[in-house]
Amino acid sequence: MNAGIDRRGFIQGAMLVGGGLVIGVGLTACKDKPVGAAGPASNVDLGAWLQVRTDGSVRFLCDRSEMGQGVYTSLPMLLAEELGIRPEALTMEFAPVGAAYTNTLLGAQLTGGSTSIRDAWVKLRTAGAQAREMLIAAAATRWGVDPATCKVEDGYIVSAQGKKLGFGEVADAAGKLPVPKAVKLKPASEFQVIGKPQRRLDASMKVDGSAVYGVDVKLEGMLYGALAQSPVLGGRLRSFDASKARSMPGVVEVVQVSSGVVVVANSWWRAHKALDALKIEWDEGANAGLSTAGVVQKLRDKIASPGQVARQDGDAAAALKVPGAKVLSAEYEVPLVAHATMEPQNCTASVTAEGCDLHAPTQIQIVAQAVAAAAAGLKPEQVRVHTTFLGGGFGRRLETDFIPAAVEASKAVGKPVKLIWSREEDMTHDAYRPPALDRVSAVLGADGRPTAWHLHLTSPSITARLFPGVVEKAIDPFAIEAAVNYPYDVPNVHVSYNRQEIGINVGYCRAVSHVLNCFVAESFMDELAAAAGRDPIEYRLSLLDKQPRFKAVLERVAAEVKKSPLHVGHSLGVSLMEGYGTYLAMAADISLDRGKLKVHALHCAVDCGQIVNRDTVMAQVEGSTLFGLSAALWGRIELEKGRVVQQNFDGFRILRMPEAPPVHIYLLESSADPGGIGEPATALVAPALANAVYRATGKRLRSLPLSRHGLA
Amino acid sequence: MLKLTVNGRPVEVDVEPDTPLLWVLRDTLGLTGTKFGCGKSLCGACTVHVGGEAARACILPVSAVGDRAVTTIEGLSPDRGHPVQKAWMELDVPQCGYCQSGQIMSAAALLAKNPAPTDEQIDTAMAGNLCRCGTYHRIRAGVHRAAEIGSKS
Repeated sequence: MNAGIDRRGFIQGAMLVGGGLVIGVGLTACKDKPVGAAGPASNVDLGAWLQVRTDGSVRFLCDRSEMGQGVYTSLPMLLAEELGIRPEALTMEFAPVGAAYTNTLLGAQLTGGSTSIRDAWVKLRTAGAQAREMLIAAAATRWGVDPATCKVEDGYIVSAQGKKLGFGEVADAAGKLPVPKAVKLKPASEFQVIGKPQRRLDASMKVDGSAVYGVDVKLEGMLYGALAQSPVLGGRLRSFDASKARSMPGVVEVVQVSSGVVVVANSWWRAHKALDALKIEWDEGANAGLSTAGVVQKLRDKIASPGQVARQDGDAAAALKVPGAKVLSAEYEVPLVAHATMEPQNCTASVTAEGCDLHAPTQIQIVAQAVAAAAAGLKPEQVRVHTTFLGGGFGRRLETDFIPAAVEASKAVGKPVKLIWSREEDMTHDAYRPPALDRVSAVLGADGRPTAWHLHLTSPSITARLFPGVVEKAIDPFAIEAAVNYPYDVPNVHVSYNRQEIGINVGYCRAVSHVLNCFVAESFMDELAAAAGRDPIEYRLSLLDKQPRFKAVLERVAAEVKKSPLHVGHSLGVSLMEGYGTYLAMAADISLDRGKLKVHALHCAVDCGQIVNRDTVMAQVEGSTLFGLSAALWGRIELEKGRVVQQNFDGFRILRMPEAPPVHIYLLESSADPGGIGEPATALVAPALANAVYRATGKRLRSLPLSRHGLA
Repeated sequence: MLKLTVNGRPVEVDVEPDTPLLWVLRDTLGLTGTKFGCGKSLCGACTVHVGGEAARACILPVSAVGDRAVTTIEGLSPDRGHPVQKAWMELDVPQCGYCQSGQIMSAAALLAKNPAPTDEQIDTAMAGNLCRCGTYHRIRAGVHRAAEIGSKS
C-alpha cells in the first residue's frame, strides 16, 4: 500500500517526471490540467481515479470514505478488473475534493446510502477500461501490431506474438493519447476479480496500529483541543471564565468557538482536564424543558395531519370505512438512537492566511470543505480536505458539526489543532436516529388476504435540515424507505409521511428510515397473518407472486431454518425488506428464559445482485445485523430537561461478544446490478425479533427497544 | 520525569502523574495505534499490555505503571508476525478497524496465558472490548486460528 511513500514527495515526483498516464482531474493539490490526458472534458471527468506512472506503479484515488464497509478493497477491484492488474498492486490514496468524485446517485461527494458500489459499478470499470485501451494502443503502436491482438495481464500489455511491456514502459506514450469515449466492459462470465475472493487491502494496516484515523493525525507544531458544548441540545454559550483553566499545565489558549469553548493545550489530556476548570454559563434556549415524553408528544400532536402522500394504489382510506369491513389498526413507536462510532468525533485543522488543511474522518468531503471555509473565512477552494480512515461512520460523519470548532481554534492560535470530543460529548451531541410514531391499518377480506394497507408515518426529517433543496417540493426520500416499496399484493395501498420536527437534530443512521419503517410494516404484516390465522411465512409468500426477488429470499430463509427442527421452547419470527436495491429476509430464533429474551440465531437470506467481494458482503450483513440487534434490544437515547441522559457505553448499551448470537447468511446468486450492502440488514432485526416474541408469548411489542418491555 | 519501558525501549516523560497512560502513549510518545474510545474503561479500545497483562490505558495513571513493561500494538511484533495479527489478516477480521488494536491486545494477552481457549473462555476474556461494526464472530474465529498458528510455531 502507500506505506513508506511520502505523500507530498510522491505527488511532486509525479509532476516532476511529467509523464505517465493520468486519467482524470483533481488528482493532486496542483490545479494544473492532468498531464497527458487531454481528452474531451466529459471523458476526463469520468475517471479521476487512476494514474499510471512511468515507473510502473499504478495509483488509485479512493473517492469514498473507508469506514469498515470495504470500499478501500471493493472499489479498486472494479478498476483492477478492467485494467488487468491485481488490486494489491495498486497504490492507494484517499481522493481530495473534486467534481469528478460526485456520487451520481446522491448528487454530492459523499459516502452513504449504501451507494458506493452502485455508483462506481460502471464508472470505475469504465475508467479501468479506458486506461487499458490507451496502454494497449501505445504498446501496439510501438510494436506495429493491431491493438485488437493485444491484451492486458497482471500489469503488462501482451501481444499475440508473445511480446510483453510493463504498464510503466508505455505510460508516457499512452498519456498522450485521447481518452477513448467508448470502451467495452467485460461480461460477467469473464470476470477475474469481481466476485472472486479478495482479502481486504486495509487489513494489514489495521492489525499493527498504522492505519491513520482522524484521531491519529500528526502535524508539525500541532496542539490539541478539547471541547465543551451546551449540555442542553441547541443551547448557546452565554459567558465563560477561563482564568483558572489558563493557568493549568500545558494550556495554551481558551477559545470561544461557534459550538462552545475549546481549550487548546499541548496534549489532549491536559486540554480535557482544563475543561473542568472552566466556569461556563449556557443559555439553555428553547429545549431547556424537553424530555423524551415531550418528543413523543410532539409527534402525537401532529399524527392526525394528513401529511404528504408517498404512495396511493386504489383507495385504502375508503376501504377502511366500508361498513362491516374487518379493520385492524395499531400504533408503533421508535425512539431516538445514537450512532456511537467507536472513534469519537474529531477533526484536525491547520489554518493559515493562505488556506486550510483539514484532516477529517468525514463521509462528506464537499460539505466538510464548505463548512471549514466558512469557519476559517476562506474560499472553499482554499480548503484542502484530507480524508483519513473512519473509525465507524454509520451516517454520523455525514454531519460536519465536529469541523468548525477545530478550524476556529486553529485560526485563533495560529497553529494546527487536533480537536477530539470526549465520549460524553459525542454521545450527548449526536444527530440521533429519528424517533417515529406511526399509525397503520389494514382491511382483511373474507379469505384473510389484505384488501387495504394504510400506513401513516410521523417523524422529523433529516433531509430537510441537511439538504433542504431536496424536500422543497418533494417528500423526504429518506423518511419513507421500506414503506413506499411495500411489496405485498394488496389492491389498495396508502403510504403517507407527516413531517414533525422535535427541536433537536436527527441524522442519517445506518439504514436510516428502513429501520423505523420496516419495524412497523413487517410487525403489522405479522399481525395480519395472526388475525387471518395463517402461518406468517406462508401468508407473506401468498402475497408475493408478483415480486420474485422478495419471494426468493423469503423462501430461501424459510428453507434454511426448516433444515433442522426448531428446539423445544424456541420461536421463530421473520421479516422481509428491499433496501438500496438489495432484497433480504430474516428469521430470528429466540426463546424466553424467565421473561428474558435469548436470541439463539439470526438467519438472513440476501439477494444483492452481482457480488463484487463476497467476503465483504458476508461481513457487512453480519455486522449490520449485530448493529441492528444492539438497537433492537437496547438502543434508546432519552432526554431530560433538554439533556441527553445516556453519556457513555454504560448508559448506551451495545452488544458485547458473549451476547452476539450466530448470524447465518445465505447469499443468492444473481446477475442483477449490484445492490447496496452496508446497511439494509440492520432494519430487519427488530421486526423479526418482535414477531418471534409474539409467537412465543402472544404479546405484540409495538415499541422499541425491547428492553422497554423488560425483555432485554 | 517519569521513567517507563514501552515496547522494550526505556523512555522518560514529563507529564502529571495522574495522566492516563493512554495519553502518554498517544500524545507524548506518538504511539497512536492505541485508541481512545470512552475514557472510562467501558470499551477496551485502549487495551495495552502492562507487565504482560491486558490493561485499559485510558484509566491507568501513568504513575501506577511503575517498572512494569508496557507493550502497545506497535510493539506486539516487528512485522505483523504475532499469531493474532496473522490470524486477523487471514480471516479479514477488521472492518473499520478502530477497536482492533484493543481486540488484538486482549486476544494476545489471553493466548499468552491460555494457548487453547474455548469459546466461553474467549467470550469472557473479550467481553470488555466493544466492536460497533460487529466483527465478534470473526474475532472469536481469529483467536482460535491464532491459537492454532501459535501451537505450530
